[in-house]
Amino acid sequence: MKSPKRVLLRNLNKTFITSENNQVVAVNNIDLDILPGEFVTMLGPSGCGKTTTLRMIAGFEMPTEGEVFIGEEDVASKSPDKRDTAMVFQNYALFPHMNVYDNIAYGLKIQKRPKQEVQERVQRILTMMKMEDFAKRVPAQMSGGQQQRVSLARALVMEPGVLLFDEPLSNLDAKLRIHMRDEIRRIQKTVGITSIYVTHDQEEAMAISDKVVIMNNGNIEQAGSPQEIYQHPVNEFVANFIGRANILDAQIVSVEGNKGVISVYGIHYTVNLQKSYQPKDEVRVVIRPEGVIVGKEDYLVHVDKSIYMGNNHEYAVEFFGKLVEISESNPAGKRIYQTGESMNIGFDEDAIHVL
Amino acid sequence: MLKKKNVKLFIKTEVDTAKKNFRDPILMAAILGVLAVVFLFILWPLLKITRESLFFRGEFTFDNYFKIFRMSNTLEVLWNTIKLGLVVSVISTAVGFLFAYAAAYLKIKTKKLFNAIAILPMISPPFVIALSTILLFGRNGFITRGIFGMREANVYGFHGLTLVQTLTFFPVAYLLLVGLLKSIDPSVEEAARDLGASRWEVFKTITLPLMVPGLANAFLLVFIQSIADFSNPMVIGGNYTTLAVQIYLQGIGNYDMGGATALAVVLLMISITVFMVQKYYVDKKNYVTVTGKASRVRELIDTPAIVRPIYIMVLLISVFVGVLYALVPIGAFIKLWGIDYSFSLNHFKYVFDLGMKPIRDTTYLALMATPISGILAMIIAFLIVRKRFIGKGFVEMTTMMALAIPGTVIGLGYVLAYNTRPLVLTGTATILIIAFVMRSMPIGIRSGIASLKQIDPSIEEAASVLGASSAKVFTSVTIPMIRPAFFSGLVYTFVRSMTLVSTVIFLISARYNLLTAAIMSQIDVGKIGVASAYSTILIVIVAIVVWAMQFLLSKFGIDASDLERQE
Repeated sequence: MKSPKRVLLRNLNKTFITSENNQVVAVNNIDLDILPGEFVTMLGPSGCGKTTTLRMIAGFEMPTEGEVFIGEEDVASKSPDKRDTAMVFQNYALFPHMNVYDNIAYGLKIQKRPKQEVQERVQRILTMMKMEDFAKRVPAQMSGGQQQRVSLARALVMEPGVLLFDEPLSNLDAKLRIHMRDEIRRIQKTVGITSIYVTHDQEEAMAISDKVVIMNNGNIEQAGSPQEIYQHPVNEFVANFIGRANILDAQIVSVEGNKGVISVYGIHYTVNLQKSYQPKDEVRVVIRPEGVIVGKEDYLVHVDKSIYMGNNHEYAVEFFGKLVEISESNPAGKRIYQTGESMNIGFDEDAIHVL
Repeated sequence: MLKKKNVKLFIKTEVDTAKKNFRDPILMAAILGVLAVVFLFILWPLLKITRESLFFRGEFTFDNYFKIFRMSNTLEVLWNTIKLGLVVSVISTAVGFLFAYAAAYLKIKTKKLFNAIAILPMISPPFVIALSTILLFGRNGFITRGIFGMREANVYGFHGLTLVQTLTFFPVAYLLLVGLLKSIDPSVEEAARDLGASRWEVFKTITLPLMVPGLANAFLLVFIQSIADFSNPMVIGGNYTTLAVQIYLQGIGNYDMGGATALAVVLLMISITVFMVQKYYVDKKNYVTVTGKASRVRELIDTPAIVRPIYIMVLLISVFVGVLYALVPIGAFIKLWGIDYSFSLNHFKYVFDLGMKPIRDTTYLALMATPISGILAMIIAFLIVRKRFIGKGFVEMTTMMALAIPGTVIGLGYVLAYNTRPLVLTGTATILIIAFVMRSMPIGIRSGIASLKQIDPSIEEAASVLGASSAKVFTSVTIPMIRPAFFSGLVYTFVRSMTLVSTVIFLISARYNLLTAAIMSQIDVGKIGVASAYSTILIVIVAIVVWAMQFLLSKFGIDASDLERQE
């Protein structure tokens, strides 16, 4: 296996001209450093520029401005066939006129590798993917999940410096999606390949990545590990995009080092601070639904919605003119509040994140 | 035991559906009517031909076949037909592919023009290209004599015919291939690029292999059209006779019905065989259905090294076709083509002196046939897609096969089947209208079937649950939903009827003469100017009526782009 490559995007910009002659900035001068062997997911709503960025790395789109480094080399002006990347497509994009073996061997044959080597490498990949029995099948005879494994094998066999995934699991059903994402992660860890993965499914991004890059309107909002992104979102967009978030107004009461006391509607909490604040600063805090404690006698609220989900109980309560979402885990044996009832709630101090 | 049970259940199901249909008299009448029409006007004439070819003086014999194959030129005619078919199909498929590739893959600005040029030959009278080819390359041709001063230029024969048929039929290949190319998922080609293949390697290893079934399909469809073509070989074939022409010459020229029918059966067998291969073998092999819907829009190629040569070729062919179309109306106003290029209205004067009768007759009959064919096609499409009845397979099969039946064969069949009691129709307007309807209906049925299959049957079920009878469901729900197919069927029928030659050449009489026949006889006697004048009038009528139809349709809220989609 070749050594994985670093991918560096510098001031990358893609501006399209629409049919009405308007300019649309799809990717807005982004910078991103992806380390060798890292699994990075680009996550964002549709139209945020994540796919365009991926296609610029692959070479299907020419950047309007900026540089794309793969390893030491600036590849921005190179065509896709000259780049050390391999891509797994959303709709698999298998060659329908070739069987599994020929699909996987395609890239190696294009490189005019010796027959012996092609055979060995394809065989090795088939074994690794546990697909030995499928070699002679054609795409039309396979399920979506199987086709996507072939698509992955076809990319992996090239031993590319960078592996690209364009929403590879979005055409699969929910169960298979989870199975395949674990499989992709397992294989990526085994071969240690640099991987860039585009998805709009935040759960998938959390489960699979070393680093998650949240994109919106062509900009990178935040890049960090799944924990960082979830626990310490840098802004409301990220907080709302990843998981569910209650965003509430609060004031800083006092600051001591990286700890501080804040007041949320009159109740004081001692929390960690990521930035420096002065007392009396108006701030906003993010509290995840599972960070709300039912029964803690900080506030008395009215239940607006009460839904039993099995593994947890979901509430929405009226909280100073806002709706606050609550997720109480393991509801068995706990008191259940019905719509219209009153209940006491409070916040878990560790779960409060000051924006 | 199990098998017996199955048979029983099958019979019971069939009887039950028949009972169900009987409870609905309108539906029953429609089914019986359709069965009768399909049998009487498609199958029966073919049976009559086969019967006639197998009997000589009332006795069953293969004499007619031995006789035609003993004739020295029959094998030559057969070979002529097949050779022409092969050559024209190869070139037409190649040219069609070039146009389709340019339309689907390249970033060029004049696509609409190319598209129009490619569709033009399909809606124009069959003589136009042949006629203008004669104007350019004939004995008095503008290029052959005018520019190169050749006295003995001979465009009549294999080469002229190949040129004319190619320009006439390449749109068939184009329309088929452009649809297929556009439905190739671009990410399949991107995957190949990503795996290290250059543009050329992608074309060679992905695009072209994926198109092989489509190319074979186009080849066979053009082949069927080429061997069935009557008017072009008649006009520009010269001594190069093809089967379709030979059938006519044998039957009408030599009054040898035995020989003509034997030839017709031979031609029919070739056409049907090729059609079956196309339908049941090649068509099934399509990969495009496998790749499914294209996931994103294709990035069009703008590399000059690729775009320029293709663009130039497509442009040259388009300009050439455009010139050919422009030449006919020009030729109509030229005093004596090749000798005296001064402006003159003589040819039109001649046409009007000769009488407006063929013009009036053709327009009248075509207008009569149009609604009949349009409605019948929709009824048949509806019955095929939505209903179960005994004989459905027969209707579906026969109407589809009708696309492959050469016009001369069906025309000859009408002569044989309808010149004796009980149905004496030869020489009447009725048989001409029937011919128009039968020649245009299969296309209408196909587009009707295609659009009905897009529509969820539960919409119709909802109407019938709400109390609508089957006739009411059809007129108030089905027809409005498939009106683009219905109206494009109307336009197609009119154009096809105005320009039909092969079938009706056997059926015209002193009472009803047709424009196309008039044009042909003028070319035959060398009055190219008069023929051009007639053709110009024909084009003008077609243009006016098609435009008027589109205008009316827009009043019904259907725009022309709907019609194009149907094509």
